[in-house]
Amino acid sequence: MFYLNDIGRYFIMIRMSFFKPCKWKVLKKLIFKEINDLIIESIPIVSILSFFIGAVISIQTALNLSNPFLSKSLIGFATRQSVILEFAPTFMSIIMAGKVGSYITSSIGTMRVTEQIDALEVMGINPLNYLVFPKIIALLFYPFVITIAMFTAIFGGFLAMTFAGVPSEAFITGIQMDFEPYHVFYSYIKTILFAIILATVPAYHGYYMKGGALEVGKASTSSFVWTSIIIIVVNFIITQLLLS
Amino acid sequence: MIEVKGLVKSFDGNMILNNISTEFVQGKTNLIIGQSGSGKTVLIKCLLGLHSPDDGEIVYDGVSNRNMTQAEKTLLRREMGMVFQGSALFDSMSVLENVMFPLKMLTKKHNDEIVQRAVDAIKRVELKKAKEKLPSELSGGMQKRVAIARAIVMNPKYLFCDEPNSGLDPKTAIVIDNLIQEITKEYNITTVINSHDMNSVMEIGEKIVFLENGIKNWEGTNKEIFSTKNKSITDFVYSSELLKKVKKFL
Repeated sequence: MFYLNDIGRYFIMIRMSFFKPCKWKVLKKLIFKEINDLIIESIPIVSILSFFIGAVISIQTALNLSNPFLSKSLIGFATRQSVILEFAPTFMSIIMAGKVGSYITSSIGTMRVTEQIDALEVMGINPLNYLVFPKIIALLFYPFVITIAMFTAIFGGFLAMTFAGVPSEAFITGIQMDFEPYHVFYSYIKTILFAIILATVPAYHGYYMKGGALEVGKASTSSFVWTSIIIIVVNFIITQLLLS
Repeated sequence: MIEVKGLVKSFDGNMILNNISTEFVQGKTNLIIGQSGSGKTVLIKCLLGLHSPDDGEIVYDGVSNRNMTQAEKTLLRREMGMVFQGSALFDSMSVLENVMFPLKMLTKKHNDEIVQRAVDAIKRVELKKAKEKLPSELSGGMQKRVAIARAIVMNPKYLFCDEPNSGLDPKTAIVIDNLIQEITKEYNITTVINSHDMNSVMEIGEKIVFLENGIKNWEGTNKEIFSTKNKSITDFVYSSELLKKVKKFL
């Protein structure tokens, strides 16, 4: 019953964030600010992580393809498939649940603790529209971050293999081999769903938190845990629906 | 004027406000006093519309909250100003932006007019030099002044203050109390202050409502409070050693 109550309140929160909108001029400013905070500022960490993880994926694949009868181009193929299907959308989203999710929970939670949300309500402003809606819109640009993650990870793999002495032509042939555009579509469908989860689950934990400064930290932790769990479960469901 | 009639509010089966009936008079500083946990904050949140009463009604200048549509409630909120206990200023905004915020969000005024009105409100609370500072750069007393400026910038009919001088030194607390009283007279608004500070009671308590365990135990003025025979209120008023000594000389 306890979780049902939470689930119901979560969906009501999402619905309410689209109602009683603030002035468009104000919202536009907030959306641009959130795009900067949530998307642009995430690009460096995403690029660094993707680059090295891509390199590790290709090294580990190469390690498992020691049979001389297997083509070296398979390294590029395996790297591309791992990155596009799983690493970039899912793994990166879990990392983003830590970075973006705790930022959202702590910023909204601090506003709750310091009565700033009450102040918005007293003024007759819909706090959910003011605080959550711009984050949802900003995170619709999240596929852009994942695209960067895909390219950087494959580039990382390419460089690692070049340094390891694998002919670059073989790797490039591999990443072009048996290319299925549907896999990219599947990946972006996942990414959009994860973006909505990344914006709303941490916002829910921040908005409905109770207590003081200590509870803001606890809310950030539980927000990360729940966002990760929901991402993994949704990942399974979407994969079942679109790939099985 | 705000009339409260038979207000009842409970949370998870705990009765917080039990049949409260009183009036908050226009142009006067009305104080709600009582110990922590007596229901002061819940009463003020009911008046603000942040909590819905379980029973009873609140009448704002003849208009009952029972008959109000959602749109009317939203409009009523725009006639209310609130000074929160912790000031509740937006951290990322400067003093000027904080004061401009309600005007920007809720009116269609031109930006120049918004800035002018915000500057006037900041001047009224004597903070003109600090208008570009962030809330974190201000002292507690200054933050309260900004909160007052933000509360009055929309020319509200009702001003609510939740323990406006908590965490302030006695001298600053009196300055804030007097500022609220001056603004109440100047704008002829209905001001309701939630306090357990006896200095505030003596300085500005033109109408006092004493709550005890969610029940209205006494009401009167700051002059009557010292002559009342009500044991609960006298115990509350003379709870400190200093005031007990003062009482001996009275």
